[in-house]
Amino acid sequence: MEISVEVKNLKKWFWTGRSALGKKEAVRAVDDVSFHINKKEVLGLVGESGCGKTTCGKLILRILDPTGGSIYFDGCDITNLNRKEMLKIRKNMMIIYQDPFGSLDPRMTIGSAIAEPMAVHKTTRKSEREDRVITIMKKVGLTTDQKNRYPHEFSGGQRQRIGIARALATNPEFIVADESVSALDVSIQAQIINLLQDLQKELGLTLLFIAHDLSVIKHISDRVAVMYLGKIVEMALKSDLFDNPEHPYTGALLSAIPVPDPGLRKKRKILMGDVPSPINPPSGCRFHPRCPQRMEICDKEIPVLKETSSGHSVACHLY
Amino acid sequence: MMRRFINNKSALFGLVILIILILSALMAGFIAPNSPTPSPPDLHNSLKPGFWSKDGIQGMPLGTDALGRCVLSRIIFGTRVSLSAGLVAVGIAMILGIMLGVIGGYFGGWVDSVIMRFVDIMFAFPALLLAIVIVAVIGHGLDKAMIAIGIVYTPQMARIIRSSVLYIKEMEYIEVQKAIGSSNLRIIFRHVIPNSIAPVIVYGTLMLATAILDCAALGFLGLGAQPPTPEWGAMLARSYSYIVSGAWWAATFPGLAILLSVLSLNLLGDGLRDTLDPRLKT
Ligand SMILES: Nc1ncnc2c1ncn2[C@@H]1O[C@H](COP(=O)(O)OP(=O)(O)OP(=O)(O)O)[C@@H](O)[C@H]1O
Ligand code: SF4
Ligand SMILES: [Mg+2]
Repeated sequence: MEISVEVKNLKKWFWTGRSALGKKEAVRAVDDVSFHINKKEVLGLVGESGCGKTTCGKLILRILDPTGGSIYFDGCDITNLNRKEMLKIRKNMMIIYQDPFGSLDPRMTIGSAIAEPMAVHKTTRKSEREDRVITIMKKVGLTTDQKNRYPHEFSGGQRQRIGIARALATNPEFIVADESVSALDVSIQAQIINLLQDLQKELGLTLLFIAHDLSVIKHISDRVAVMYLGKIVEMALKSDLFDNPEHPYTGALLSAIPVPDPGLRKKRKILMGDVPSPINPPSGCRFHPRCPQRMEICDKEIPVLKETSSGHSVACHLY
Repeated sequence: MMRRFINNKSALFGLVILIILILSALMAGFIAPNSPTPSPPDLHNSLKPGFWSKDGIQGMPLGTDALGRCVLSRIIFGTRVSLSAGLVAVGIAMILGIMLGVIGGYFGGWVDSVIMRFVDIMFAFPALLLAIVIVAVIGHGLDKAMIAIGIVYTPQMARIIRSSVLYIKEMEYIEVQKAIGSSNLRIIFRHVIPNSIAPVIVYGTLMLATAILDCAALGFLGLGAQPPTPEWGAMLARSYSYIVSGAWWAATFPGLAILLSVLSLNLLGDGLRDTLDPRLKT
């Protein structure tokens, strides 16, 4: 299988204002993360709010510059490409933003917004852009008479479709879909996920699908990576992960998914406490203050991500 | 939004006055009963009173000035001079201010620091004083006065734009453009400027009022419009000495014209600000 995107030891530290002691502090938003996504595969990235999912996606697209590590796209190292060199690649990698309200220019008609990537990359001749905009709009379930309207005239779900249409404009091979649905109603979430899933199959897209709960990711992903406080704690094929979660954090996330049949309901593992701050992450295993299976070693040594069975990796001292 | 504006009585009043002023500027040739600059001057009819007095002349409702010219006609033609001078000055300030403000705000770093230091220095001087200095350097005349006032107002514009750009450039839709690969120039012209321009319209209106006032002040000091141009400030300057001898009209009416235009623009500007951004209401 060909690899589309790969990151190795990726790090992003944000330097924040000074602490009380006058030292500059780093938010370790992404801290030594490695994974790859195969071509035409959907990798689901889950974790609680603030664990670094969006940062991870933006690093891959080089919207943010990494503090360390490297990024490969289609086998090329793009970590240090400059703006001009990146431009050639950008038409093949797009992003759909978390917030369908903030990611559209309020003073630009949606037709122009969707045409923007084509205009920037000159992928479509000017005379044909109009046609392509209409084709894509139909594809994502918008009607063509909406082309000359402004974003504020649309509902959240429709705006998300506009964002998807814009991301598809240049026929990219890789798309980061950042919690594309969490701002929406559950029923509309389902519609958008189905749409993304259909488009992914039809167009053979490689997708990094970011969300903060496993139920959203369940249907669309081929593989799932679970993130906690800037680190990946478990990564596996979807079926493996759902049937046989190894990391205690994954187990807790899974039991948080509502089960329709009460008879099937397992004993819920409730997560205690809040997510600690990424400024001073807990020593050893970052999950140890909340882990029900904590051991002696857990707050002393950082567990490394290791393969427990083919394609299933976990970072926990239990394994 | 329209309703909120219409409910604002004083803004509406400002708008009505402004429309009257604009109309008289556009149609001065039709409205004015006489020529603003008759030649040769009719010195026999120097400083004749208007309709309120028996000594008035038929067809000169606001009386005549020292050179026997119709005060009303000169005021009407003066509207054209003052409004266009104000507009040109504010236009210059907008173009320069948008350039500086956008470059500083968008790119930040040392470019921004240099621009802002420059702006701070200009702010240290009173506007009119600075305008006088510039006119002293580049020469007298209405056109020079407009340029001088435009330059003097640039820092204020630059600051307004900059703060608005600083806010807009953090928006997610700007980041999207970067992710798409848009060039900075494209982002600035297609996204940053259109979204930062709203406060410029408001402050532009308010600035137009002070620009007209400053233009009149330069005219009054003899540094702006030169005779025989019917400019309000210059008219005031050449007539105020006659007030003591009882010929109050030649100076008072141009003064009222200045007052009215400045007032209407201020009311309108305040109204626009309240309408476009109710949060700014004080
Ligand atoms: N520009 C920034 N400057 C400083 N800190 C930042 C910045 N962007 C993100 N962070 C911090 O980095 C951490 C990870 O943020 P990120 O947005 O990647 O989280 P996330 O997993 O996407 O969360 P959510 O589910 O809420 O979207 C957070 O603690 C956040 O506060
Ligand atoms: S390493 Fe220890 S604390 Fe961390 S998840 Fe595993 S058992 Fe829990
Ligand atoms: Mg996020």
